[in-house]
Order: sequence, then C-alpha cells, then structure tokens
Amino acid sequence: MESKKSRSYYRAALRLLAGVLVVWFGVSFGCSILLREWLDANAPTVGNAPFGFWMAQQGSIIGFVILLAVYAWGMSRIENRFRSEKEGE
Amino acid sequence: MSQALMNYLFIGLSFALYIVIAIRSRAGSTKEFYVAGGGVSPLANGMATAADWMSAATFISMAGTVAISGYDGSRFLMGWTGGFVLLTVLMVPYLRKFGKATVPDFIGDRYYSRGARAIAVVCALFICMTYIMGQMRGVGVVFSQLFGISVSAGVLIGAAIVFFYAGLGGMKGITYTQVAQYLVMAFAYTVPALFIAFMLTGDVLPQVGLVGETVDGAPFLDKLNAINRELGFAEYTAGKLSKLNMFCITAALMCGTAGLPHVIVRYFTVKNVKAVRVSAAWTLLFIAVIYLTAPAVGAFARVQLIEALNETAQADLPAWFSAFEATGQMSWEDVNGDGRVQYRGPESDEANELVFGTDMMVMANPYMAGLPMWATALLMAGCIAAALSTAAGLLLVLSTSIAHDLMKKIVKPTLSDREEVRWARFASFGALVVATYFGINPPSAFIAKTVAFAFGLAASSFFPTLLMGIFSKRMNRAGGMAGMSVGLLFTFSYIVYFQFLGGTAAEYWWGITPEGIGFVGMLLNFAVAFAVCFFTAPPPATVVEMVERIRLPEESG
Repeated sequence: MESKKSRSYYRAALRLLAGVLVVWFGVSFGCSILLREWLDANAPTVGNAPFGFWMAQQGSIIGFVILLAVYAWGMSRIENRFRSEKEGE
Repeated sequence: MSQALMNYLFIGLSFALYIVIAIRSRAGSTKEFYVAGGGVSPLANGMATAADWMSAATFISMAGTVAISGYDGSRFLMGWTGGFVLLTVLMVPYLRKFGKATVPDFIGDRYYSRGARAIAVVCALFICMTYIMGQMRGVGVVFSQLFGISVSAGVLIGAAIVFFYAGLGGMKGITYTQVAQYLVMAFAYTVPALFIAFMLTGDVLPQVGLVGETVDGAPFLDKLNAINRELGFAEYTAGKLSKLNMFCITAALMCGTAGLPHVIVRYFTVKNVKAVRVSAAWTLLFIAVIYLTAPAVGAFARVQLIEALNETAQADLPAWFSAFEATGQMSWEDVNGDGRVQYRGPESDEANELVFGTDMMVMANPYMAGLPMWATALLMAGCIAAALSTAAGLLLVLSTSIAHDLMKKIVKPTLSDREEVRWARFASFGALVVATYFGINPPSAFIAKTVAFAFGLAASSFFPTLLMGIFSKRMNRAGGMAGMSVGLLFTFSYIVYFQFLGGTAAEYWWGITPEGIGFVGMLLNFAVAFAVCFFTAPPPATVVEMVERIRLPEESG
C-alpha cells in the first residue's frame, strides 16, 4: 500500500460502512424482529399500526432507501477529500 | 371495447415500445454485449436493475403472500430490500473497481484458482437456471389467459420474444428495454392501488390508508385483525413464525440477494464506482415504490375478498369469481352444503370451503374494486414486463457465464472476441430451450421450492466468499475453497433432504426451515474458511496488491 493517505481513506470508508451496517441491522433485525413485541407494546403507534409491525412492513424499507442515499453522499465526500489531499502533495 | 381487446391493445403497445428500443440499441462489440459499453447513466441503470430484480413472482404473488401471512410476510419485504443495502455497501463498488465482466472472474482471480472459478460458474448457472424457469412459466400463464391458448403455447411465444431482444441487443438492448419495462410495471402496480386505497380508506396513498381509518371510521388494521380472529387466522399484525426462524430466513434472503450474480453484474454497466453507488440508491428507491405498496395492496385485497365472498350465497357470487374459478386460481367446495361460501382459518372449528392462490390477489384487485377495464389490461402488461425483463437479464448472465467463464477462461483460452459473442448467442439460445422445456413441463412443486435453493446457495457460497475476498487480505485459496464447498454442500443437502427426500418439520434443526438454512450455511462458510486459512500459507503478493487496489478510489474523478 502506497501511503498513509490511502490507509486513512480506507479507514474512513470502513467507518461509514460500519455506521450503515449498524443502522441496517437496527431497523430490520432489531426493530422489526428481535424487539418487535416490546416495540409493539411500548412505542408510539404509526397511524394505527403498532410500531414494530410498521417497521417490518414499511419503516425498514424507507430506512434502507435513506441509508443508501446517505452512503452514496458520504462516500463521495470521503473520496473527494482523498483526491484533493493527493493533489496537494 | 371488450376486455380482451383492451388487453391486446395495452400489451401490443408496450411490446412495440420494447422492440423499437431493442433494435435501436443493438450491441456491436463484446463489451457492449456484456456490460452495455459501460456508459449507462445511473438513473437509467437504477430503473433497469429494479425491473430486472422484480420478477413476475414478485409482481403477482408478493402482495398475496403478505395478505395471507401478515407480519410474517415481512421477511420477503425486508429480505429483498435489505439485501440491496448489503449489495451496495459490501459488494458492487469493490467488484466494479476490480473491473472484470463477471462474478466468477473475480472469484477465479482473487483465489488464484481454476477450481474456485469452476465452482463459481456452476453456482451461477444453477442459480440463474432455477430463476429463469419460474419466469418462463409466469410468462406462459399470462399469455395463456390473454389469448385463451394453452400454457405451453404461451411459454413458446414468451421464449421467442425474450430470445429476440436478449440475443440481439445484449446488455445494452436489455438495459434500455428494462427502463421502459420498469415504468410499465410501476404504473401498473401503483395506479390501481391508489384507486383501491381511496375507495376503502378515503386516503389516496395506499401506505397512508394501511395505517389509517376505513371510510366508516374504524382503524383499518383493527378491522383486518378482527376479521382474521373471527375466521380463525392468526392476527394480521402478529406472526406465527418463531423468532429464530424469522431471523434466519430474513438473513438468508438478504445475504442471498447480495450474492446473486445476475444482480451484481448490473452495476458493471455504469461508468465508474461513484456512479455505481448512486445507481444502487436509485434502484432501491424504485424497488421501494413497489415494495411499500405491496403490503397495503395485500391487506386491502384480503378485506375486500373476504367481504365479497365469505357467507355469500352461490347465486350472489360476483362475476369475477367464476372467471378465476375457470382458470383454476380459486375453488369453492360447499362442504357443509348450506349453499354459502365459508372461508375459515386453521384455528376455526368450521371447515374451510374456499381455496385460492397467492397470485390471484393482485390480478383480482381491479375486479373486486370495480375498476374499469384498462386497470386489468395495465396489470397484464405490467406482469409480462416483469417476467420478460427478469428472464432477459438472467439469460444474459447465463450466456456470459457459459461463453466467458466456461469456454474462454476454462475450456479454450484462445477464443477470439467474435467467437465469444457467437458462443454467448449460442449459449443464450441453449439456455432458453432448456428453460422453455421446464416452463412447459414444470416439475410443478419444484419451481416454488427452488427459490429457497437460489437464495440459500447464493447466501452460503457467493456472499461470504466475495466478502472475504474483498475485506480480508489474509484469505487464501485453501480457505476460500474449503469455505465455499462446505457452505454449499451443507445448504444443498439440508434443502434437498427436507424438500425432496421427505424430511418432516419435526426434524428441522432448531426449527429452521429450508428457506432460512442458507444463513447457517453462510456462518459455516465463514468459520471453515478462516480456520483453514489460519493453517495454510498466505496468498501471493500479487493477490494482496489486487485487494489493496480495489479498496482505493479510482484515479480520475
């Protein structure tokens, strides 16, 4: 690997990746499967739908779409920073 | 104008559109044939991938499946959308940076082994084959309803059309046709749903209607739960699957999605890695339009179906009932002889008299809601678009796998560019013949069961092997191959034992159904791969360099 900058780029990319995966797991497996009963009973309803059920049928999908938009934006930022640092050398 | 004429008109118009597009974007070179010359815009590619991804089965049966299983149906909704998140953040940007045309290419180079490449080719062929069979059958069923011909003849007509533009246009032709097909599908799916939502709940958006009130003021979901309880079904918002099983199935579908070769290859058609990420975000948005509508459509259809049919006397049954009865999608047997239809669930004391398939919910929706003829015609056109777009995409991956990965890389490395395209065309014809054969003579239950296969195998083979290849520099040939073989063999045996050799539900390990076992196979793959890798020599320096290279951004913006 050529430089420290490449390594810091890759580390930044992994950090964003980890963030995305945590949210991904949270909205799907977390809210919609593992904690569903508890959320159904205790969290505020969405319209008339219990929260866990709504997350499983609608919320998680909306979350996924937002995640990918954030990921595309975040990665471009990291890449641009890497490129401008390289040019500055 | 009659319904039949209206159907012909809509389908004829949509076909004319696809064919014009296919002819205008004919492929000239191998690169255009495989990856459309690499110059498709992210938005267009996103739309095309969404059309490719959503099969006829998704289009027709998903809403029905959710309608019948309520909360449990979420495993498909989350599995097939959440998988795209994994695909986008873990797979495609890196594979795109690697810069070769196919997934077995990456596995062959990364694990510096022809054996690994061969295993990957066989898996890719198997996954695509199982998929395409179901598509051809779907096309056949719609054509047979449309023209009043046999399903076999319908399959043949569909096959001819798919061959025409997949063989002619290559990836470029397919991509632009799929853009048109996505628009037809999305329009066909959402427009009737908007009308139905408005009639039932007073809200135009189906997603709002689902959590809102019905026109008589009661919360819609409470009404649905009450109906389910009364008829002896599990409550709609509750689930019947065990938590562990639900977890495993969702995970297997997600990881399987992220490992499907025909989806991964879609992102090789855009310009650069940045465009890949944008394109994937568009894809998921376009998929979400339909996936967010599906649960609402399913729930509305269930209420309307039960209100229209349950406890209705024979003489008062609506006209559409007999139409669906004639095609075998619905049947009623008057068990208690009272001349009325009784629809009952498994927990009811009374006998159930009404049987219907999951795929009739979407098709019957416009009839039940009393929508005009064009709504049905639009749905038919949408359904055919869904089946054709998926079949064409799969066919292309199949032909690439045979021509490029098998012939050029394994059998005869001296193959020229021109010969390779000829092989690809020949292979797509061969694959289509086989798919058509199985479309006409389906090993009936086989097709539904093979879905578990396709996802299970992708989850236990491609997904972990690609993931380790990208994110671990230490992973070597021995580890990768051992992991892939063990994961595959385990998943394959479990599914074959329970689906084909008569294993019973009582024998499931930890209550995990064959649908979800791919997740366990995946964990096994990881465990074996790292264990073997630990005891064997690290990969050569050239491979380590390759891994480092695909992790870095491209040189120019």
